[in-house]
Amino acid sequence: MKWLESVFMALKSIGSNKVRSALTMLGIIIGVSSVITMVSLVQGSTREVTDQFKSMGTNNITVSIMTWGSTRSVDPEDMVELADDNIDIIEGLAPLVNSGGTVKVGRDNISTRVQGTNKAYGVINNHNVTQGRFINVLDTERRLKVALIGSYVANELFNGKNPLGETIKIDGQPFTVVGLLKEKAGGAQHSDDDVIIIPYTTALRLTRAESVDTYFVQAKNAETVDVAIEKLESFLLETLKDPNFFSVYNQAEFLENLKEVQGTLTLMLGGIAGISLLVGGIGIMNIMLVSVTERTKEIGIRKALGAKRRNILQQFLIESVVVSSIGGILGILSGIGIAKLIGNFMKINASPSLFIIMLSFSFSAVIGVFFGLYPANKASKLNPIQALRVE
Amino acid sequence: MIKIEDMKKIYKMGSNEVHALDGISLHVKEEEFVSIVGPSGSGKSTLMNMIGCLDKPTSGKYSIDGKEVSKMKDNELADIRNNKIGFVFQSFNLLPKLTAVENVELPLVYMGVGRSERYKMAVDALKQVGLSNRLDHKPNELSGGQQQRVAIARALSSKPPLILADEPTGALDTKSGDEIMNMIKELHSSGKTIVLITHELYIAEQSKRIITLRDGKILEDRGVV
Repeated sequence: MKWLESVFMALKSIGSNKVRSALTMLGIIIGVSSVITMVSLVQGSTREVTDQFKSMGTNNITVSIMTWGSTRSVDPEDMVELADDNIDIIEGLAPLVNSGGTVKVGRDNISTRVQGTNKAYGVINNHNVTQGRFINVLDTERRLKVALIGSYVANELFNGKNPLGETIKIDGQPFTVVGLLKEKAGGAQHSDDDVIIIPYTTALRLTRAESVDTYFVQAKNAETVDVAIEKLESFLLETLKDPNFFSVYNQAEFLENLKEVQGTLTLMLGGIAGISLLVGGIGIMNIMLVSVTERTKEIGIRKALGAKRRNILQQFLIESVVVSSIGGILGILSGIGIAKLIGNFMKINASPSLFIIMLSFSFSAVIGVFFGLYPANKASKLNPIQALRVE
Repeated sequence: MIKIEDMKKIYKMGSNEVHALDGISLHVKEEEFVSIVGPSGSGKSTLMNMIGCLDKPTSGKYSIDGKEVSKMKDNELADIRNNKIGFVFQSFNLLPKLTAVENVELPLVYMGVGRSERYKMAVDALKQVGLSNRLDHKPNELSGGQQQRVAIARALSSKPPLILADEPTGALDTKSGDEIMNMIKELHSSGKTIVLITHELYIAEQSKRIITLRDGKILEDRGVV
């Protein structure tokens, strides 16, 4: 008997028992669609994060100084000097003094993030200026009270008026607005646009901080990242005498960690969803066993008419594979749909990879074979006389 | 056609042994029309399973159409059933979800005949039993007599030399039963060997030779005048 014919026969048998076949498939459909949904959401969201980090540049290095409770410290000017001495390795080095502040113009006032930094920060962090200028060397050297404002701050305080040259008060101190930052995040509150940037030297004095504890460094290119890290580490070790007082890390390293986390998460969620696929398979076996019992007479007739063991085995096996494969296809379609739907809510692109689609489809077919084998074998072993005697 | 030598079939029921067939020897020549009669428990169903290659004897020899089958494996027996024997059962044994023509095609499917060829052969067989206008009817849309005719067509489709009929009129009214008997007689005159199992004497008397079984032994073997 030919292969394709068995498939037709199986389709016919499935079609003649629609409700039961649909219920049998349901287990596989739910299993496959949850695998697809889970995996594509995890992959989609990590892709999102990865892309964000990539857009920030993988040449970026972050230095954290952790000297609380000790008298040791690093002079930010020494750090800047180190960068200037290694201009062929380091593109720029920006100290970062983060604090919050109340900003006042006339009677209006808002709370916002105040970042103290230097000229290099604009380049490293992709800050573009739409009007005016960024912080320059003179600003930092002379501790000038100048400020750049984000679009959210500009809208709240100036309401469309040109802010350049206006005076704002940060924690009571007057600053002159010298630039308007380009909008980065739709101008929303608490976003990258809800920010004021001032010279770090001024910021240190404003916040009464003793030293800078974060530096953003950009290596010249991808090849010099490791050399730059080495330079920074050896300088910091020399200055602070203790590797526990600082850490130097790179975006690429971070991305690698992220990938590892994604792998674990995919495996875990995929595994959990895989269990439901397994349960679906057991459902198939259950129904196939019932079907074999129910069709004992049919098997007897077929055997009397000349069906061999392998004909019967093939018939039942193909039937279970067809059921599970149809379930698999429906599961893939609904999984893609659900992932897209949730992805839309979470604002991530959650389309599953071809690999995971193929994998879950072949897994469902394998489940059909695996869980169909026992019932099919049982059917093929039936004694024709006893099978014929059943009413 | 059929050569049975000292065939025994012993069933073990717990510690008891039941001798369903107790040393049967039987020769049926080609183109003979034989009926096997006997009360229930006489072993005629067992003998019919043996002749139909559905079961294997405990001891003894059996050859059909010159082929020794008593030592054959299951798959080889399936081939013998497929090629040599056409079954007609008391309860028709049609597959309820298949149409008449699909039912008749079944033996040809297992013979490996191609789709269009198969269909043609099945239609021919149905024509032979006068059902060419019922090709696409399901068994439950047919009367008992018509269902049995479909079953006969199925037995004929693979053109086996032997037709084995087990109480073919048992589930039918007298009129349809007579029709079926006439059809079987026609098959005989067209050259088929026919073995008919029945417990009704007036059916048996329509054959040419009556073999009576009792307690697994042949009690009488006589020709019909």
